Amino acid sequence: MKTIVIGVIGADVHAVGNKIIEHVLTEQGYNVVNVGVLSTQEDFIHAAIETDADAIMVSSLYGHGEIDCKYMRENCVEAGIGKVKLYVGGNIVVGKQDFKEVEQRFKKMGFDRVYPPGTNIEDAIAHLREDLGE
Amino acid sequence: MSVHLLVDFGSTYTKLTAVDLEEERIVGTSKAMTTVKTNVLDGFNNAMDKLKNTHPDMKEITAISACSSAAGGLKMAAIGLVEELTVEAAKRACLGAGALVNTVFSHHLSRKEIKQLKNADIDIILLAGGTDGGNKECILHNAKKLADAKLSVPIIVAGNKDAQDEIEEIFEASNIEYYIVENVMPKLKQLNVKEAKEVIRQIFITKIIEAKGIKKAEEQTGEIIMPTPEAVLIAAELLAKGHEDVEGFGELMVIDIGGATTDVHTIGAGFPKRSEVIFKGLQEPFAKRTVEGDLGMRYSANALVSLVSPYEFKQYSSYQHDIGEAAKKRHENVDYLPESDEEKEFDRALAKICCDYSMSRHVGQVEVVYTPLGNMYYQTGKDLTDIRYVIGTGGVLINNENAKDILREVNQKSNKKLELRPTDPIFLIDQLYILSAMGLLGQKYPKLAIKLMKRHLE
Repeated sequence: MKTIVIGVIGADVHAVGNKIIEHVLTEQGYNVVNVGVLSTQEDFIHAAIETDADAIMVSSLYGHGEIDCKYMRENCVEAGIGKVKLYVGGNIVVGKQDFKEVEQRFKKMGFDRVYPPGTNIEDAIAHLREDLGE
Repeated sequence: MSVHLLVDFGSTYTKLTAVDLEEERIVGTSKAMTTVKTNVLDGFNNAMDKLKNTHPDMKEITAISACSSAAGGLKMAAIGLVEELTVEAAKRACLGAGALVNTVFSHHLSRKEIKQLKNADIDIILLAGGTDGGNKECILHNAKKLADAKLSVPIIVAGNKDAQDEIEEIFEASNIEYYIVENVMPKLKQLNVKEAKEVIRQIFITKIIEAKGIKKAEEQTGEIIMPTPEAVLIAAELLAKGHEDVEGFGELMVIDIGGATTDVHTIGAGFPKRSEVIFKGLQEPFAKRTVEGDLGMRYSANALVSLVSPYEFKQYSSYQHDIGEAAKKRHENVDYLPESDEEKEFDRALAKICCDYSMSRHVGQVEVVYTPLGNMYYQTGKDLTDIRYVIGTGGVLINNENAKDILREVNQKSNKKLELRPTDPIFLIDQLYILSAMGLLGQKYPKLAIKLMKRHLE
């Protein structure tokens, strides 16, 4: 069974989407480790180390995701889990910006998949299956 | 016709408490120097003679239970993966079982660390790492390293269950004494220390007691059933929870200031009390014990004064002389008893610092997070603001006329606002020094133990 760490990063308390993601991923046969809202990068990374996670899915809805996610890939590398898949989605930047550009920025930061507002979780699951070789 | 005798083989004193089971009262207590180096029974017999002399009409002793912290108590090493997670869980298992944890390692063990383990004075190693189904590579690496090192101390394996079989093979092949128990953190942030604690106690009873030369005592006292700090924790838990129709005190704290360490025990969930507070980190044990190895009145006096600046020291005391000298005197002469008012004042200051610092390290803390929805708070550790009773024990507090003054240091402070300390507790002192004895008695007679504690803590 593949293990996915999920949670909401930074000073963000949006809990509803987080619960939906947990529900759907569990239903789809994943071992979901939910670090919950108001989580720091360390919370995600420590959880991924102990549970030997295959992917980390970061949610952010309050606009500051870009700052909260800075150096997350580098921090994973430092912590010895540099190969873990990093996904991010939600309202991850301030204001209305061209998503193509946003996606590029996050990919440069080391994220494997970047999702705009309104994405269906099913789309991400299709990517998970592909990325984790299922 | 039945007196139950409770014995505590302490590091300095062997203490006896005689309880009359029918009349439900404490007949008497006595103490004598612990004699581990010669024959541990000498100290026991001396204390026994004293007890019989002061209570010549004492009925026949029909049962004895004993605990011990003699010969350095129980020392353990805790090894895990991530410091805040399985390392912390492993530490809590050791502390909850009454051990002193002086060697702690995280992630992959290095050669240097193995060397440290070899040279360290430890009785048992607790090896954790990984949630069930999680990381097993690290614990396997560490198991191999430990096996190669051919350590002679028993190893308790309490990590990822997926790695158990392989670890079993590794240890079997190297003739390591090992015990496999449930994972101390089976799921992320979930603490599960019960089985690990039980096995620690079993090893303590069967092996450690013998290695420390205390086994001989069992000829007269029957089995020594647990380390003393565990007995205190059990007593505290009983007193808090009550038993059947005997009501308990509710959430409480026990603080034990000793010569080398300060122990803090709290019984209570300590969950966040407001909706804008979010709990972070590893689950807290309902009965939690922390031990501070650098906070003590004698052996640790040097370490203690090095923690505070002369300016800070003045906040605790009006002592005028050289602080370093006064601490050194106590460190080098652990039996030192202050006679002048000034020296007594210095001891009071040390005790206050022990109280204040151990509290800072034991209680939970909050941290403000500014969110678009307003201020939220992270809470790590236990919220102890509503703790109702704080009980002081240990020689310093019991023999001090200002004991309650010293204990007041646990209270919430204006300069430590983010610490979740008790706000307005009732202070009690363990005048007769019976807490560990009541933990032992409580194994068989929980109701009586609670009644006696309620009567004698004042």
